[in-house]
Amino acid sequence: MSATGIGASVRRKEDHRFITGQGRYTDDINRPGQAHAYFLRSPHAHATIKSIDTKAAAKMPGVLGIYTGDDLAADKVGGLICGWMIHNKDGSPMRAGPHPALAQGKVRYVGDHVAVIVAETLAQARDAAEVVVVDYAVLPAVVDTAKAAGAKTVVHAEAPDNTVFNWHLGNKDETEAAFKKAKHVTKLDIVNNRLVPNPMEPRAAVGDYDAGDGVFTLFTTSQNPHVARLVLSAFIGIAPENKLRVIAPDVGGGFGSKIFIYAEETVCVWAAKKVGRPVKWNSDRTEAFLSDAHGRDHVTHAELATDAEGKITGLRVKTTANLGAYLSTFSSSVPTYLYAPLLSGQYDIPAIYCEVDAVYTNTAPVDAYRGAGRPEATFVVERLVEVAARELGKDPAKFRMQNYVKKFPHQTPVIMMYDAGNYGASMKKALEIIDYKGIGKRKRDSAREGKLRGIGFSAYIEACGIAPSAAVGSLGAGVGLWESAEVRVNPIGTVEVLTGSHSHGQGHETTFAQLVSDRLGIPIDNVSIIHGDTDKVQMGMGTYGSRSGAVGMSAIVKAVDKVIAKGKKVAAYVLEADEADIDFADGHFSVKGTDRKLDFGSCALQAYIAHKFNGQDLEPGLKEGAFYDPTNFTFPAGVHICEVEIDPQTGVTKIDRWAAVDDFGNVINPMIVEGQVHGGIAQGVGQALLEGAKYNSDGQLVTASFMDYCMPRADDLPSFQVGMTVTACPSNPLGIKGCGEAGAIAAPPAVINAITDALGHEDIAMPATPQAVWRAAQKSVKRMAAE
Amino acid sequence: MYAFTYHRPGSARQAAGLLAKKEDAKILAGGHTLLPTMKQRLAAPSALIDLGACGDLKGIARKGRTVVIGAMSTHAEVAESAIVQEAIPGLAYLASHIGDPHVRHRGTIGGSVANNDPAADYPAACLALGATIVTNKRKIEADDFFTGLYETALEEGEIITKVVFPVVSKAGYAKFRNPASRYALVGVFVAKRGSDIRVAVTGAGEGGVFRWPEAETALKARFAPKSLEGLKASSKGINADMHADAEYRAHLIGVMAKQAVAQATGK
Repeated sequence: MSATGIGASVRRKEDHRFITGQGRYTDDINRPGQAHAYFLRSPHAHATIKSIDTKAAAKMPGVLGIYTGDDLAADKVGGLICGWMIHNKDGSPMRAGPHPALAQGKVRYVGDHVAVIVAETLAQARDAAEVVVVDYAVLPAVVDTAKAAGAKTVVHAEAPDNTVFNWHLGNKDETEAAFKKAKHVTKLDIVNNRLVPNPMEPRAAVGDYDAGDGVFTLFTTSQNPHVARLVLSAFIGIAPENKLRVIAPDVGGGFGSKIFIYAEETVCVWAAKKVGRPVKWNSDRTEAFLSDAHGRDHVTHAELATDAEGKITGLRVKTTANLGAYLSTFSSSVPTYLYAPLLSGQYDIPAIYCEVDAVYTNTAPVDAYRGAGRPEATFVVERLVEVAARELGKDPAKFRMQNYVKKFPHQTPVIMMYDAGNYGASMKKALEIIDYKGIGKRKRDSAREGKLRGIGFSAYIEACGIAPSAAVGSLGAGVGLWESAEVRVNPIGTVEVLTGSHSHGQGHETTFAQLVSDRLGIPIDNVSIIHGDTDKVQMGMGTYGSRSGAVGMSAIVKAVDKVIAKGKKVAAYVLEADEADIDFADGHFSVKGTDRKLDFGSCALQAYIAHKFNGQDLEPGLKEGAFYDPTNFTFPAGVHICEVEIDPQTGVTKIDRWAAVDDFGNVINPMIVEGQVHGGIAQGVGQALLEGAKYNSDGQLVTASFMDYCMPRADDLPSFQVGMTVTACPSNPLGIKGCGEAGAIAAPPAVINAITDALGHEDIAMPATPQAVWRAAQKSVKRMAAE
Repeated sequence: MYAFTYHRPGSARQAAGLLAKKEDAKILAGGHTLLPTMKQRLAAPSALIDLGACGDLKGIARKGRTVVIGAMSTHAEVAESAIVQEAIPGLAYLASHIGDPHVRHRGTIGGSVANNDPAADYPAACLALGATIVTNKRKIEADDFFTGLYETALEEGEIITKVVFPVVSKAGYAKFRNPASRYALVGVFVAKRGSDIRVAVTGAGEGGVFRWPEAETALKARFAPKSLEGLKASSKGINADMHADAEYRAHLIGVMAKQAVAQATGK
């Protein structure tokens, strides 16, 4: 292994510009003549708009234009779309209401977009917004996930009982039979709390229109600029793709929330032509809380059947998923195909049946957030398994290992074919790291100090590497989920890699360069990664679902292989040998059995000079592209063990230690992978202990700032002990599985299992705040005293 | 934020003059409450009078049996002051635990006391230590100063110039932070000066900072955490919000009081 090759912890190339303030984010983009947009948002969760009077506002200083939903409709600007069709149990399509970028006739959540004011300055736009008169007829709001279906208040007439779809997956009859035969059934009611993504950089957009050539340019905070362009062109109708350039420059975190195509960027790029000026919008933090797509928000009843030997024989799950007031871009896929297919966990469960009802409410749209469906599934499975072990009097680690899938490939009853893994190896390593043998003593030591100690397991699995296009197409996806790459070799042998993936914190500029440098045998500094600009990069699908390693890099491998193949042809001419006799290794083309060789850079130069060969026999140049469509999902899996100590006096839960053992397949950069694990755990701990978006019954978001919405901080977390096991993924050329979401998926049940172990009872909801834990601990203390 | 004019006088006297002249003017100390409120357009002063250049409002000194802290002293200056650390270590400790380092290098004692945020730390210290709040016009005892939620005895045109703390024999502070904002969900400052014992509670009261007489009586017998064993604060008049209901906050008052006494007695 070289110092910068595959497997080396190369320091991130991009960090120098980030930590020296030289990053270039959307808000750093300023176009000549730029104006500013301010969105007038609904203060009501649900209301009919009787009228909007913009006359006085239009006369305010600096105002260039004020537009409402009617103006968008007049220009035939289409509504925002949901790109995944889900079918009901009876085969009928889901019931979706329209999603105009600016409200038409009705507002459906606090923060819904009523009008846009474009002015010379942001302050002037805000001043003008204050004198826009909107006459609302306020309607009652439906907020509660569990109570939305069939509520009197209807969010969209198209879904008269507020149910977007009722969907199911699995083998129902076998599952019912398994429960009939079960020796023991474990039951749990679970709420998966709603989260606000809160990337460090809020969303932003700069729309520009060049009247000379009729081309729109949109700078925006996107994880997938090509998808944004596709949707804005083909569905919303801003402009044909060849007349719309979308650029996602440096993006400061997304966690899924920047996958989606939102109202604001749609309106900014459209308004740029209307006012004849570039139009900028930058979300403030309050707007981000109100209008970024939220995550999770499930209410679930789940049951696990076991036989006399403690073998899991069946699982049935009934979930209600809150999709908010409108269907965001991929919202429908999250509680369905990203959720139920993971319900088998790491276990061999012969019968699984899952029903999901998705509901509209008067809350912000809900869509994918780090893990997207898989954290919800893992929480269901790992809480059930933990509780089942306790009810059966079995050791939670042994109970898991007893039920593990041990032979691969393994077909679950819920679509997935697990291709490779060694779950027992991860468990064993995690038990060693956490010192499981010593837990009894540590519990006694804590008890002597008046503290309650508990240990919690989470043996998660996820499906990444999304996804085989034919497979997702058959499940309702509007697009294929392949990835593209182009490898451009310059005449002196430096390389530009154009990738359809997009980096917004993941470190692609380093990892991808490591891969290419390793494969081509050239210095890592000779490789540049280019992404995020539809004018530069060929169509690509972007970054989400931990897919960029497994899918994005596989496309690069394919393109690099083509470059090497072409290089061999060039080398054959230059070295005057037969192409079949040319080898490529360590950055050199050589003739088998001789000392004749040509380094990669010289080969590139020869390819462009093209003196040594006939251009009709061999095309000059060295540049190759590839599209890679995965053959299967990948299945990262691992075991996280969390140990907590609770102070029953205050209810404070201190995470004392954390063992994370993940199998991500082969790893390109261990440091970056470990960083992803750390960040993921932090977000998962946030969900378990700290975070929770709360709407009151009027539909007001009462956690709309960091004063009330609690983000994880460094001192909420222990120093993680990260271990890895490796079973190479057989489904892609690099053997990579993906690591971006694992921590967020694994962490919540580990924390809650540890807390309930410490408390000695199961009733604690996320987030397990100090107040909630204190209250629950009083019961434990009383019970312990009684015992 | 709406437009406003900005003034930066060089002394408290000049500041008071500007304040009298400008309609709807506001004093700017550290700005931690005022500026976010203005950014959200919830406050719209026509003028800001920044006290940052008023040298006469700075400085920390020992004067006899008191410590005198200039109103524009930052939390970090109080926390790091050798004078405060030596004379009233509990007060230095309190200052060192306000917000985060950014807050401590910007926020001031005068601003905190004048704002009387019900979750601020300093009001508890002022009340428990029996501080005197000195303004450009008069001296106000802490007992009379904090009059309600964000309410003080300050009158129009009055500017805090310094806060005078008596040096006590024992003092300690413990707070339970709001997990999100990290303001005091409950903060308890205890002080012993001779036989005078004071226990002041911040974060918890519907009307802001208050004294807990039952705890003071209990500690008079013996100034030790044990004296508070089994003593429960009433949940009447205690704040309730999404982070903590009145019962939990009242319970935390007892827990924090014990911790504060333990700190004050070095146990």
